[in-house]
Amino acid sequence: MPTIHLDHLIKRYGDVEVLHGIELEMADHEFTVLVGPSGCGKSTTLRMVAGLEDVSDGEIYVDGKPVSHLEPKDRDLAMVFQDYALYPHMNVAQNISFALRLARRPKAEVDAKVKEVAATVGLTEFLHRKPGALSGGQRQRVAMARALAKDSSIFLFDEPLSNLDAKLRGQMRAELAVMSQRVQKNMIYVTHDQIEAMTLADRIVVMHGGYIQQQGTPEELFKHPVNKFVAGFVGSPPMNFLHGDIEERDGATFVHGDGFALKLEGAKAEAARTHTHRNTILGVRPSDLRFDPEAPSETALTLDVMVSEYVGAQSVLLCKCGSEDVMVELNSETPVAMGQTLKFAVNPNGVHLFDSENETAI
Amino acid sequence: MSIARANRLTPYFFMAPAVVIMAIALLYPLGYMVWGSFKDWDPSQSIGEAEFVGLKNYVTLWNDPNFWESASVTLRFAFFVVSFEMVLGVGLALLLDRNIRGMSVLRTMFILPMMIAPVVVGLMWRYMYHPTVGTFNRTLDSLGIPGVDWLGQHALTSVIIADIWQWTPFIFILALAALQSLPRSALEAARIDGATAWQQIWYIKLPLMMPVLIVTGLLRLIDAFKVLEVILVMTEGGPGLSTEILALRISRTATEFRELGVAAALSNYLLLMLLAFTLGMFGFTRWQEARAAKIRTADEEDA
Ligand SMILES: Nc1ncnc2c1ncn2[C@@H]1O[C@H](COP(=O)(O)OP(=O)(O)OP(=O)(O)O)[C@@H](O)[C@H]1O
Ligand SMILES: [Mg+2]
Repeated sequence: MPTIHLDHLIKRYGDVEVLHGIELEMADHEFTVLVGPSGCGKSTTLRMVAGLEDVSDGEIYVDGKPVSHLEPKDRDLAMVFQDYALYPHMNVAQNISFALRLARRPKAEVDAKVKEVAATVGLTEFLHRKPGALSGGQRQRVAMARALAKDSSIFLFDEPLSNLDAKLRGQMRAELAVMSQRVQKNMIYVTHDQIEAMTLADRIVVMHGGYIQQQGTPEELFKHPVNKFVAGFVGSPPMNFLHGDIEERDGATFVHGDGFALKLEGAKAEAARTHTHRNTILGVRPSDLRFDPEAPSETALTLDVMVSEYVGAQSVLLCKCGSEDVMVELNSETPVAMGQTLKFAVNPNGVHLFDSENETAI
Repeated sequence: MSIARANRLTPYFFMAPAVVIMAIALLYPLGYMVWGSFKDWDPSQSIGEAEFVGLKNYVTLWNDPNFWESASVTLRFAFFVVSFEMVLGVGLALLLDRNIRGMSVLRTMFILPMMIAPVVVGLMWRYMYHPTVGTFNRTLDSLGIPGVDWLGQHALTSVIIADIWQWTPFIFILALAALQSLPRSALEAARIDGATAWQQIWYIKLPLMMPVLIVTGLLRLIDAFKVLEVILVMTEGGPGLSTEILALRISRTATEFRELGVAAALSNYLLLMLLAFTLGMFGFTRWQEARAAKIRTADEEDA
């Protein structure tokens, strides 16, 4: 149960720098989730912690001790690879037990452990198959089982559930959540999946282009994104962005854009008034828009409904506000027809403002 | 003719020319050799004129101690050559499978011996082995160590060394190619699972390379049974019969002893020996697979 500290970690491939000083502190048995668009350096970060990539600059500390010179096997960690990385010539049982057999554990113990983790991931029937005779999802579960069988103090997961169907993914996610509570290990987890990130993480780290954009609890990131990128990345469906100018009228502060003029309240208004320039981007989450025909226009957006996507209890409306697209999350019971023009009240706590030039939160 | 039937026959149609060429180029000489081995055949006769003697040539050979000596030399030569070349070639490949500056030049240099004509290789080594002016003995001499009678007393060892020098690169490049096509991530997983460098080689790399290594070894084995020029140039089979491998004996039987029938029978013995080896090897892999499958089904029934 170590603490992990990435101290100004830099990775270069030849002349190309792909990680630019990653600064990250992970407490004892914390579940850290790395998210970010494809190619932002999540796998690279993970592989450096694992010791599979050399550290170009900076240092990795585990429990205060530098480890970047250590071989992977001396770092006491288990890893699930993005491409499974199974041993093709071994069957599932041998794949799962390889680490234990290398450590020369007694055979009875190894067999028991294999049975146990195979049952956890639902692989009991396939123990004697070779990986070549398994589906993608089954292989991914073997990779998972192999990591779980190894009682390491650090677990690294590189998109371990990406190839499972929705039901199995939900099941494994729950399994992981329970496990992370029970075993109290340090886990670093890479994913593209919003729900995985939100449900599993003690701390989410959003990366973009080799930089950490923001880190914090899921709630912090969801409620107080530091910039437009994080705001757009965390949460699903993503946040709506509308261009507008800050205006002062009758002692109140407004964001005025194409087809809307929204009154700002409290601290937001104060921050907007003192901001250096007038151009801003207004951010509102689809879930912070509430259908309300009676809402006064200074606290609402007037939207033209273009398309309605039915997703069960909720529907997602694709609308236009002036020339910009806006998504709204709505109870499916609400009678809404395409082509209608409707009013949606904006939750005053759900208003985000970003500088239009450097896109940081105001 | 129905379209389905035409479709079914298409592959045979395309294969036909290849089959005809195979039949002419491969089976005809082979049949000629088998036919000739049943005859008392002198180079001055055409095959039709020669007297048919049945299995006499085979029996003669079977009772000829020189034939057995030659077969034993061939087996020993092939065994040592292939074993050493496999170990050295695979070992070198494992050693040089890394991205260090200058490695590609080194690799190219390693495969140079393979590109030299066998006759040249034979001549080269004959001079190096020369008892008085050869490189080896002169070097030993300057170190104050008495010279070795390379091509006399230790002739077989000497030709084995020369062959290893020439053909280890063959194993090396094939093993290296096999090594570089291994799944990188499986090796990374092994490193995380706690495998040392040796354990990675033993449990991951070698098993995954095995199919390539088996074929490579088989190719070298077949070649080793047929090697001729290098030994001919270096020792001419001597001293005595100590380096007279079967291929050399065949050529001498045909040219020196002028017994084409016996030479043909000898070739057939060699062919049968190779066939037995190849079939044995395939049979062994088959047997292993069958055994693994059996264990698997047994286990599945248990579960
Ligand atoms: N061996 C390499 N040589 C050069 N550039 C590399 C190498 N490996 C990765 N990169 C670059 O490093 C960047 C980060 O790659 P990485 O694999 O960490 O992305 P990722 O965040 O895991 O993406 P994904 O979500 O698609 O898996 C990418 O832009 C990639 O092109
Ligand atoms: Mg990745």
